[in-house]
Amino acid sequence: MATIAQGTPEIAAQEVNYLNVEHGWKSWLFTTDHKRIAILYLISITLMFFVGGFMAVLFRINLLEPEGIFSAETYNRLFSMHGIIMVFFFLVPSIPATLANFLIPIMVGAKDLAFPRVNLLSWYIYVIGAFLTMYAVIRGGVDTGWTFYAPYSSTYSNSYVLAAAFGVFTAGFSSILTGLNFIVTVHKMRAPGMSWSRLPLFVWSNYATGLIQVLGTPVLAIVLLLLAFERIAHVGIFDPNIGGDPILFQHLFWFYSHPAVYIMILPGMGVISEIVSCFSRKRVFGYNFVAFSSMAIAVLSFVVWGHHMFLTGQSVYTSIAFSFLSMMVAVPSAIKVFNWTATMYKGSVSFDTPMLYAFGFIGLFTIGGLTGLHLATLGTDIALHGTYFIVAHFHYVMVGGMVMAFMGGLHFWWPKMTGRMYPEAWSKFAALIVFIGFNLTFFPQFILGYMGMPRRYHAYPPEFQALNVLSTAGASILGIGYLIPMVYLIWSLKNGPKAGPNPWGAAGLEWQIQSPPTTFNFDETPIVTEEAYNYGPLEEVVG
Amino acid sequence: MAETITPVKEAAVENIRLRHHFATPAQQMDAATLGMWTFLITEVLFFGGMFASYAVYRNLYLGAFASTSEYMNVVLGGTNTAVLICSSLTMVLAVRAAQLSNRRHTMLFLVLTMIFGTAFLVIKGVEYHAKWVEHLVPGFNFHYPIPQFQQHAQILFFLYFMMTGMHALHMIVGLGLLTYLLVQAYRRVFNANYFAPVEMIGLYWHFVDIVWIFLFPLLYLIGHRK
Repeated sequence: MATIAQGTPEIAAQEVNYLNVEHGWKSWLFTTDHKRIAILYLISITLMFFVGGFMAVLFRINLLEPEGIFSAETYNRLFSMHGIIMVFFFLVPSIPATLANFLIPIMVGAKDLAFPRVNLLSWYIYVIGAFLTMYAVIRGGVDTGWTFYAPYSSTYSNSYVLAAAFGVFTAGFSSILTGLNFIVTVHKMRAPGMSWSRLPLFVWSNYATGLIQVLGTPVLAIVLLLLAFERIAHVGIFDPNIGGDPILFQHLFWFYSHPAVYIMILPGMGVISEIVSCFSRKRVFGYNFVAFSSMAIAVLSFVVWGHHMFLTGQSVYTSIAFSFLSMMVAVPSAIKVFNWTATMYKGSVSFDTPMLYAFGFIGLFTIGGLTGLHLATLGTDIALHGTYFIVAHFHYVMVGGMVMAFMGGLHFWWPKMTGRMYPEAWSKFAALIVFIGFNLTFFPQFILGYMGMPRRYHAYPPEFQALNVLSTAGASILGIGYLIPMVYLIWSLKNGPKAGPNPWGAAGLEWQIQSPPTTFNFDETPIVTEEAYNYGPLEEVVG
Repeated sequence: MAETITPVKEAAVENIRLRHHFATPAQQMDAATLGMWTFLITEVLFFGGMFASYAVYRNLYLGAFASTSEYMNVVLGGTNTAVLICSSLTMVLAVRAAQLSNRRHTMLFLVLTMIFGTAFLVIKGVEYHAKWVEHLVPGFNFHYPIPQFQQHAQILFFLYFMMTGMHALHMIVGLGLLTYLLVQAYRRVFNANYFAPVEMIGLYWHFVDIVWIFLFPLLYLIGHRK
């Protein structure tokens, strides 16, 4: 794909790379290397993922019995903290702050992101936000749901709303700084010859994500600030008893939080484009359409928030407009799904672990996306609003989509990040377990929601028990599916077979440098002469 | 680590502080400019949330909002507007002086900008104090002379304190940045080849001024529209 003046990496037994160039905790905590910061982020978000996952285990246990096992109050706190941690501390930074942080500079042929110190700052801000939120957890948690709806959160809730809200507020700035860094890097740091139409689609999707982060997150910050002031000073901003407008909270909140849903899926779509192309050994079908569909999703994401508010009494014309615009999002999403499928058509498809996750993504995201249309439809949303149908829908997109993509991407680039291969058989087994566990957990919830079981209740009528037990059983399988990779990936750090620079025979600048890369990625700035995904015949592939 | 600043040693070009990961000074300058503008866009959205809330409540409670203008000190607010516009002028003159490698003028105009900025904050403090004395601080100390507007006027004063407070916070950060620039200018860091920080912080300063240009009529002059 590009000409890089660099010695053949095979000879070096103990070559210098970004991991062994410096040692000691200072070299990590004061690093400005985007790759090391990506590793710091990876460790932090994995910890938060398991904390949030643990909450999920607990409330799934509660739902084994129709009358519940924990008190309603405990249950409320468990699902709220699960949502807050998973959304703001795992999903939002998941792929951008780890894989994209590691890969975007390399993919565009740069030595680092445009603002390396800002990048490190964003990690510290994330950690401070995480500590604030964990403080709220330890003190007893929050019971408002992840949406912090006012006036419950501002006036009535007796839980640690302020600490959690400040945690989320703080973490938001880390997200803004990451997005800002990506935007400037993609605009200004591209190597000679790396035109916009040659950018890997992973870069495109993270660029679109960056736009949403930069434009949406400040509004979340301000709404949380207003909420905090109302809670502290009891001035009516959202509480109707003292002259406030609770609907304003929802408008401001969803102005960020609906676009944020696309922060939580666009980077995953970028990963899938890379994986599908590599393991089909073909150029992504309709590159321009896939690239621009990312931008279309980013733009549309800002004009659909009203579909969260069909039942708030907003004007029916507003609802019709939001319903129509929400349906429009299906178009660029479908373009991506069809183009991935077309990429595989007549390709040399192989079934390595990343590709298994990509298959999982495509199937589950399609279900998640199509059920979104039920919810964007005014009539059906009235029946389905606030039921488990919603829960199932967004978990199909967030977990079935984003987490699958994250796992796929992690396996795909693991050899690049660590220089080691993971155990193939175990990883395929784990991918299968995740897929089975996921469907077992969340498909019953579609049925439960359709039957009318409302979300966010600690108890339910006995006739829903069978499906709830099924869901809890699935959740335990899913949990094991996430623990297995945790074990073998850590094991592979020492014991995995050494990976060459390009174990998949993949195209892309990141595969032309040594694994793991050196601190500055490239000895000399590469000159790009070809389009992305220029896959030749299989014979050329060297491990 | 890796954040070393390499002065490019060329006969014609001196004192360019090129960071390791940029290829050319032009690229570094472009990145800084785009980065600052992107940051300012996030700031627009940040204040945008408050302006949106303001628009909603002004629409709902126009009478109560208009009645508050009587308790806003237009003279002090107007003076502050003038002070900030002057500070923008001195800021841009500081940028120009830096671009012309004129160290003395750079420092002079930076100091003038800081004086204007501090004057703004002092006047703002006087206004805040007056609000406290008149029992117009929402939440803690609020007693509105017109009883039927007690609740709704409090929302306006809440927005007033929140918006001008956020603005003042940005001014304080700006003053900190200007101090940093002054120290750097004193150390002869800036010259015709390297003035990016002055220009970037200048952009920030102008942005904060523009916010005030919107805040002043929206908060002080509601009732003056006859």
